[in-house]
Amino acid sequence: MHDAIAAHVHDGDTVVIEGFTHLICFAAGHEIIRQRRRNLTLARLTPDLIYDQMIAAGCARKLIFSWAGNPGVGSLHAFRRAVEGKGPPLEIEEYSHFGMVARFLAGAARLPFWPLRDYAGTDLPTANPLIRTVACPYTQEQLATVPALNPDVTIVHAQRADAMGNTQIWGLVGVQKEAAFASTRVIVVVEELVDTAVIRADPNRTLIPGIVVAAVVVEPWGAHPSYAQGYYDRDNAFYVAWESISRDEGKLAAWLDRFVYGVPDRAEYLTQQDGLTDRLKAHAQVSPGVNYGF
Amino acid sequence: MMATVAARELRDGEVVFVGIGLPNLACNLARATHAPNLVLIYESGAVGAVPERLPVSIGDPALVTGSLMVCGMADVFQYFLQNGRIEVGFLGGAQVDRWGNINTTVIGNYAHPKVRLPGSGGATEIAAHAQRTLVMAKLDPRVFPEQVDFLTSPGHRCRGRPRRELGLPGAGPVKVITDKAILEADDTGELVLVALYPGVRAEQVRAGVGWPLRVRTTLLEVAPPDARDLAQLRDVLDPHNLYLKG
Repeated sequence: MHDAIAAHVHDGDTVVIEGFTHLICFAAGHEIIRQRRRNLTLARLTPDLIYDQMIAAGCARKLIFSWAGNPGVGSLHAFRRAVEGKGPPLEIEEYSHFGMVARFLAGAARLPFWPLRDYAGTDLPTANPLIRTVACPYTQEQLATVPALNPDVTIVHAQRADAMGNTQIWGLVGVQKEAAFASTRVIVVVEELVDTAVIRADPNRTLIPGIVVAAVVVEPWGAHPSYAQGYYDRDNAFYVAWESISRDEGKLAAWLDRFVYGVPDRAEYLTQQDGLTDRLKAHAQVSPGVNYGF
Repeated sequence: MMATVAARELRDGEVVFVGIGLPNLACNLARATHAPNLVLIYESGAVGAVPERLPVSIGDPALVTGSLMVCGMADVFQYFLQNGRIEVGFLGGAQVDRWGNINTTVIGNYAHPKVRLPGSGGATEIAAHAQRTLVMAKLDPRVFPEQVDFLTSPGHRCRGRPRRELGLPGAGPVKVITDKAILEADDTGELVLVALYPGVRAEQVRAGVGWPLRVRTTLLEVAPPDARDLAQLRDVLDPHNLYLKG
């Protein structure tokens, strides 16, 4: 992980760590904090705890997003302090979920923008002048548009990949595929490294092909406190605890000191978590395979 | 009570875009009682979800296990929502105004907000595209101002322009379900009081709304939850009282 971040994430980059609740790569975010990257533009639909931690650690200059809350719990307080003028400033660029999805779609297809039927009557285009309209050349209908988003680097957490980066994901897939194809560089972080034969045995499950992947990192439990379907559940207790940690700048700094700066890597971080396996390890519900013969 | 009232609005077999919290309770209550064939779609990509536990977030792994389909969010927003396949959408917010517009973005000025809220998420497009929406919010004059500070999700009339003129495909908020009463839009798109919960007086509802709330001529009384609904909510769906408190 250290080497992948050092090689592919630079100061000033636009960085996407995607994953909708599922498969959010906290291990990569923590490594970026440890390597003290600065002036990053962070983009994600839901900044989640990981970007709140990166904002608090001073990595971010700008945030591009569509829903900045602590899912199922409440607020992201480092984000709120910044936007409410009570902390270091943070530039924001805001869309709805559909708008962010559309930005990645345009980026992945290498088109300059994406049309969508959205935003009529709302204040969002006033708040964000990059949300514009175009007249359909066939029907003359006014459609909303959002510009392509082409990140410098996208980090995708996944259940498994082979050494070439052919990556298989199941459960919620969010915008992982679109973000990866939109990006200049892609880092894949996996729970398990598997033989290419495992990938070839079930090719429909491959979401990201190795040809777009720059680096593969093996990092079990690398998404904790997010989850990996079939591997471990979300650590909801930590999401709840973040409310009081992030509310207090001192507590947040102490948390970063202990769990991010205070550990060299993910393996050490995991030894600091109590009863992880007992509390969160997924029970088995295995899907039988299909016949790929001809 | 709010969950029960919302559940009654759902017809068996309908396709529902579900949010977390009370809407989720309402949908699962309907599924356990009168609407076993309700198709629950979550913006995270779970279609036909049958969650075995109360999902703690909209992306809970229990939404995936046993569902009919899991798709990417590009498919959810384009092929389900924008395609017009969603019959009912749920919305909530920090502010709901006279015209059913919703604010989930900021309290105060956008550039210098008093309170920064999470933002749209999928709410903007749900409000535009769901064939009809149900809004759930507790009465309080701060929650129901005359006009929202920021218009995140369009209701029946946005800054003076009616919904139809704006080309919004869905019918908008057909009901606003509060903790004391139900509001509906009149012909002009203005929310009016149409039904009271048992023991509630119209003045109590007026006190929770920041504009002179008009009352429909035939004011209805909402029936309380029956024993089956209560047992389902308290014993099965939310035994730890995560969402039923208050």
